[in-house]
Amino acid sequence: MKQLTFGTLIAVFEEMFGRALFWALVAAAAVITLAYLYVLIRDRAVSWRKFLLAQLSMPVGAVAAVVFVMWITESRLSDIGGPIDAIVLLGIAAVGAVGLAILVYTVQSLVRRPGAG
Amino acid sequence: MPERDHLAASRRGFLGLAAGGLALAAGSGAARAARVDTSARILILGAGAAGVAMASRLTARLRGATITLLDPRPEHWYQPGFTLIAAGLKPATYAVSSTAQWIPRGATLVPEAAAEIDPETNTVTTESGTKLGYDFLIVATGLVLDWAAIEGFSLDLVGPEHGIGAHYAGPSYAARTWAALDAFTSKGGQALVGRPATEMKCAGAPLKFAFLTEDTAARKGTRGSVAVTYAAQSTALFGVPIVSEKVRMLFAERGIGVVYEHVLKAIDPGARTATYATPEGDKVLDWDFINVIPPMRAPAAVRNSPLPWADKWTDQGWVEADQATLRHPRYPNVFAVGDVAGVPKGKTAASVKWQVPVIEDHLVAEIAGRGEGTERYDGYTSCPLITRVGRAMLVEFDYRNNLVPSFPGIIAPLEELWISWLMKEVALHATYNAMLRGRA
Repeated sequence: MKQLTFGTLIAVFEEMFGRALFWALVAAAAVITLAYLYVLIRDRAVSWRKFLLAQLSMPVGAVAAVVFVMWITESRLSDIGGPIDAIVLLGIAAVGAVGLAILVYTVQSLVRRPGAG
Repeated sequence: MPERDHLAASRRGFLGLAAGGLALAAGSGAARAARVDTSARILILGAGAAGVAMASRLTARLRGATITLLDPRPEHWYQPGFTLIAAGLKPATYAVSSTAQWIPRGATLVPEAAAEIDPETNTVTTESGTKLGYDFLIVATGLVLDWAAIEGFSLDLVGPEHGIGAHYAGPSYAARTWAALDAFTSKGGQALVGRPATEMKCAGAPLKFAFLTEDTAARKGTRGSVAVTYAAQSTALFGVPIVSEKVRMLFAERGIGVVYEHVLKAIDPGARTATYATPEGDKVLDWDFINVIPPMRAPAAVRNSPLPWADKWTDQGWVEADQATLRHPRYPNVFAVGDVAGVPKGKTAASVKWQVPVIEDHLVAEIAGRGEGTERYDGYTSCPLITRVGRAMLVEFDYRNNLVPSFPGIIAPLEELWISWLMKEVALHATYNAMLRGRA
């Protein structure tokens, strides 16, 4: 079977992070996403004040994601060699930014009472 | 050209790639046909990358076949990882698993080497004297490294004490090579890197090693006291002219010296000199660190059998095989796959990945009574040519020295890219494992 399968994709990621770390990350991402949905449904509204802080955390998430991937792959920013490298790097930063924003929003919602902020 | 399209499309299947949130590993191929009933005895010599991948695919395609693998080594080595070990990026264990764990259900491993191959009587005799008959023979023994051909060298010398590396010798030697390289690049001096004049597995690896030697020194801040010289066995740096030229330019840019038509024949570990055969006679070069890659040949049992070419590579003994079908022209029930196959290029895991489905197709077609198979091997091979830690060129080519990029317009073959490094560092091992299981 030479087709792209979900199994192949999983195998690649397990190899990248190590099996335990990869599944820990998947579990963390799933928990945060579920918690985010939970607070949205519970509050029945987006809190723009929380959203502001979440937005402010986005650059931090972007940088953290890039630093993490560079560390895992023994790479440095100076290794970026062509357009595809820059696109991949921006993709990683975008995922980190959105991920942290969701995390920050969710944590605020969970620790503060609904309507408090 | 449907065949060409198919090859180009399926080539994409080889390289899984993962980069943070992005992952892509595409591929295509014929849908799996129904299993064929047979009582054929298929003997596979060797349970390395080629032997195991072959067995995995055949057990999935055939029902009732007796599939036997012959291999004495309990360890399976992920050889593409040796460079990373020798660069200090991975531990020796990164490349080691057990041979037994990869043997698919439905196949049997005999932990012995073949001593004698008799294609006239369809018999292989093992080292303990057991005779195994076969209906089809797949020679996947890999090759042997002829260390004895380098006078004055012995594997005991590998390590920082003598300043000698030999990362082809296996995972633990690759780790000792790193220890030697690490010590050398801290101290400074002259490094010699080169390759043998025989056919060799992964002809890009000696070039990678030269780049990594330079890079290691540069990262440590000792580049000024380190000289790196690459001894090319011919007048080119790589078999594919366009790649050779690119490497020549990169070597010049990085200050890596080159001597051409220098073939290592002896080292003197005491005096730290190396003797090279050149067209002008022997030449002696000094070194403080040397990485030795010896001539490569087919294993003795293959060389001494009637299987090798009579008029080609006579000192090396590669199995005679049709370039497109990998079938033996004189013994049609014999195929050769992987390093031992007597075809140009093609001594890489990437080649194995493309060769295995071709043999599978021809073998199954014959067993099913459909005559000849239709798949063809075009010489495809792939070399993520590391130019420094963090960058590589994804070089892919075929028999005709054409570049055959899997991702044209996205990943340029002669460009030093981070994404090509990610493939080598991160995605290749997983893809390799999937290949062993017959899933890639």
